[in-house]
Amino acid sequence: MAIQAVGRLPVISGVRYFLAHTPGLVPYGHKPMLDIGRNAATLNDIVSQFRSYADAVAYPPNRAFLGSIYPDQLRDISRPWFHANGDAERRQPHGDMMPEDEFYGLLKVADDFDIIRLAEDFAKEAADSLRSNPLIRPEDLEKLDETYSREAVEEQLSESSSIPLVLKSGRLVGCVTGIEGSSELSADVLLENLACKASAAMALRTLLSDRDIEPSQVQYVLNTGEEAVGDSFQRGGGNMAKAVGELCGLVGATGSDVKAFCCAPTHALVIAGSLVSSGLYDRVAVIGGCSLAKLGMNYTGHLKSDQPVLEDVLGAFAVMVEFDDGRSPVIRLDSVGGHNIGAGSSLRAISRTLMSEPLSKLGLRFADIDKFAIELQNPELTEPAGGGDVTERNYRVIAGLAVQNHEIERSAISNFSAKHGMPGFSSTQGHIASAVPFLGHAVDRIGAGEMQRAMFVAKGSLFLGRMTQMSDGYSFILERNPVC
Amino acid sequence: MDLNGKKVIALGERDGVQGGSIVACVKSAGAEVVMEFTACFV
Repeated sequence: MAIQAVGRLPVISGVRYFLAHTPGLVPYGHKPMLDIGRNAATLNDIVSQFRSYADAVAYPPNRAFLGSIYPDQLRDISRPWFHANGDAERRQPHGDMMPEDEFYGLLKVADDFDIIRLAEDFAKEAADSLRSNPLIRPEDLEKLDETYSREAVEEQLSESSSIPLVLKSGRLVGCVTGIEGSSELSADVLLENLACKASAAMALRTLLSDRDIEPSQVQYVLNTGEEAVGDSFQRGGGNMAKAVGELCGLVGATGSDVKAFCCAPTHALVIAGSLVSSGLYDRVAVIGGCSLAKLGMNYTGHLKSDQPVLEDVLGAFAVMVEFDDGRSPVIRLDSVGGHNIGAGSSLRAISRTLMSEPLSKLGLRFADIDKFAIELQNPELTEPAGGGDVTERNYRVIAGLAVQNHEIERSAISNFSAKHGMPGFSSTQGHIASAVPFLGHAVDRIGAGEMQRAMFVAKGSLFLGRMTQMSDGYSFILERNPVC
Repeated sequence: MDLNGKKVIALGERDGVQGGSIVACVKSAGAEVVMEFTACFV
């Protein structure tokens, strides 16, 4: 079926990602922090299984995330993938992986309230590292001129409102200072929020630079992270979007946050497409910063399996949604599927609203979708902890729907899953792992004429917030530009 | 399995069968649900 024009066609003109390898922050992940609080010796167990930056850069799933290999290529690499490291450059086609010393310096760059206090010697080292990063501006580095003596850092750490910043090596390089008596502005929450801001900003800066977009030409920013920015009187008040936009020089933009757990990026991409389609804006950025709380989430399984603590990277993404340029892939607004409130929570109801109904409405079959992008968590992270291969489970459900639709025989489920799916390759970074990791590959392949369309299907666990038993889901199809 | 009159703890999974679906099934078979929980492993 030809694209049905709904106002002006919105396209995705670019996608970029960012990873930071931060083993030193793993103890601040929610699960490790809880367990270390109960038994301090747990920290030693975790630290003993940290991997090197070189291994994290070359780790095949991270290379798929940053675009140097296509996700399907992971099938040709025998598992465990953490044994197949090899050589890789930090800057890959879809983005960069930053080492932790540089990232700690970046936290200071993102800090407007003297939250991050770096020791003098380390601040100089971090500035030297950041100076060679083409995305770091001279005014960013001025933030690193504000330093503290080691004695001042240690004195600050004697107060309960501060937590240490420690490198993988165990070296103390600074501290994070929170507000006494405010759980919303405690040091660990502020660290989580600053990491989210800094990582999203780097993904967006990468996108602006690679696409040669003047920052002032972006008109609106939608942030999709799972952070909660606010104080005691407005917990989760938000608008991380504007904070990131400011850090990226988007002086002509305003913005807001979209909150829907892991489902927020797909909601936001459709909202961005609608803002462009309506004519309100010509260029909207959709961003998502990292989820620091999920560092080391499955570490107990990793330690039991004697494998590295692989949830040691923070992830972020940035997408540019623009008015039709005549070549970039189109967000089909007439393909949107939503898990409506009255739809019910059964797998069948969710699948029907997100996939079967949108496809049927467009006169498409399941096999007409070249690739389905769903929950794309790397199974090597979830299987050792008993979570199984979430990605593969979801693909088998989709193949099952194709059987129900009389498109394929039951015996063809595995082949269908392999052809229209892919191995999971994203770190367990919440919203970052939900469908959007494939967006960069899809834009590349559709743009190159190697793919006609891909469907992005995301789910969100609303019930975790205890306000409803519902989950959430949202989907859309990205398709080749009709002009091409 | 005869669930009539039995007490059931329904443990679901977001990317599999959710708790709500299990509850609907076992209630229709005459069971009493004493606890419902849906986990998210990612």
